[in-house]
Amino acid sequence: MAGPSIDALGQFSLTTGLGPIGRAVNFTNSNEAMLAAAVIILGLFAIGLKAKALVPGRVQALVEVLYEFVHNMCVDTIGEEGRRFFPLVFTIFSFILLGNLIGLFPYFFAFTSHIAVTLALALFVFLFSTGVGFYTHGFGFLKFFVPSGVPGWLLPLLVPIEFISYLSRPVSLSVRLFANMTAGHVMWEVFAGFMLLLTAGLGVFGAIASVVPLGLNVALAALELLVAGLQAYVFAILTCLYLHDAVHMH
Amino acid sequence: MSDGPEKTAFEERLQAAEDAAHGPKRKDPGKSDAGSAQRAIELAMRLGVEMVAAMVIAVVIGWGLDRLFHTKPWLMILMVPVGLAAGLRNLLRAERKE
Repeated sequence: MAGPSIDALGQFSLTTGLGPIGRAVNFTNSNEAMLAAAVIILGLFAIGLKAKALVPGRVQALVEVLYEFVHNMCVDTIGEEGRRFFPLVFTIFSFILLGNLIGLFPYFFAFTSHIAVTLALALFVFLFSTGVGFYTHGFGFLKFFVPSGVPGWLLPLLVPIEFISYLSRPVSLSVRLFANMTAGHVMWEVFAGFMLLLTAGLGVFGAIASVVPLGLNVALAALELLVAGLQAYVFAILTCLYLHDAVHMH
Repeated sequence: MSDGPEKTAFEERLQAAEDAAHGPKRKDPGKSDAGSAQRAIELAMRLGVEMVAAMVIAVVIGWGLDRLFHTKPWLMILMVPVGLAAGLRNLLRAERKE
């Protein structure tokens, strides 16, 4: 077909970044965005914590709010033991949050829109919380799959159910983040492509009519900003919940 | 540095200023309408995937066992209600944790 067409999934294709060096080691644009997210977090903290002022400035206040938010989330959800897992939860939260946020900007790549990335993160959380469970309770952690207070003849039915429910955690964790980010970016692309199609098909009238998808995209941008924050929060709080289960076994 | 009386005086003035700005501080901000609506959205975003994920895992396990034991398709069929139950279990657990 001549003229513009809607290519909603092309934005997720991987290319190599960083010029010839990146091409030699397969350093992709997704890796570039990850690196950018990490550098932004570290830079923000380096700048924010340099002042060490009693009355914080703008950057320091932002950093402190972020820190306290995640710290409270850890302690509220996991309990006092949550302090030990704060570095992990904070790293995951800030990495996903920054990944979601910089993915919203033009020329940046939303690395959280790839299931390979989110599944790797979710599997790490899953294996880590399972490891914490076995480390804390030894083989007693297997009792987690045996609900207390049920008659013995129901156990052959309930243990597989509990086990599958446990195994489904990394799937739901990764699919939720991946699906939300991908859906948002696809909708953006579809509406933007629709504007091009209208203009190409209907001329001046189409250009005027394309104000409607433009307005939808503006509204969608606000929604995507909300989703970016919310999904990072949900991922972090579920990490906390899984660690709570591993530590307290109920 | 003695901050005893000045501090309480400052706290009082701060309280008065806050009351003047927003009215008295709400004791439980979590119970407000906006807070509960936001929590409902979070919950809704989580629950849909929870059910499907359990079903997918159950069916994949059943399919794998079928391949292992050459019992196609019976174990997979058997695992579908188990996956459904596990999905409901996920929902109940997520709801209880709130």
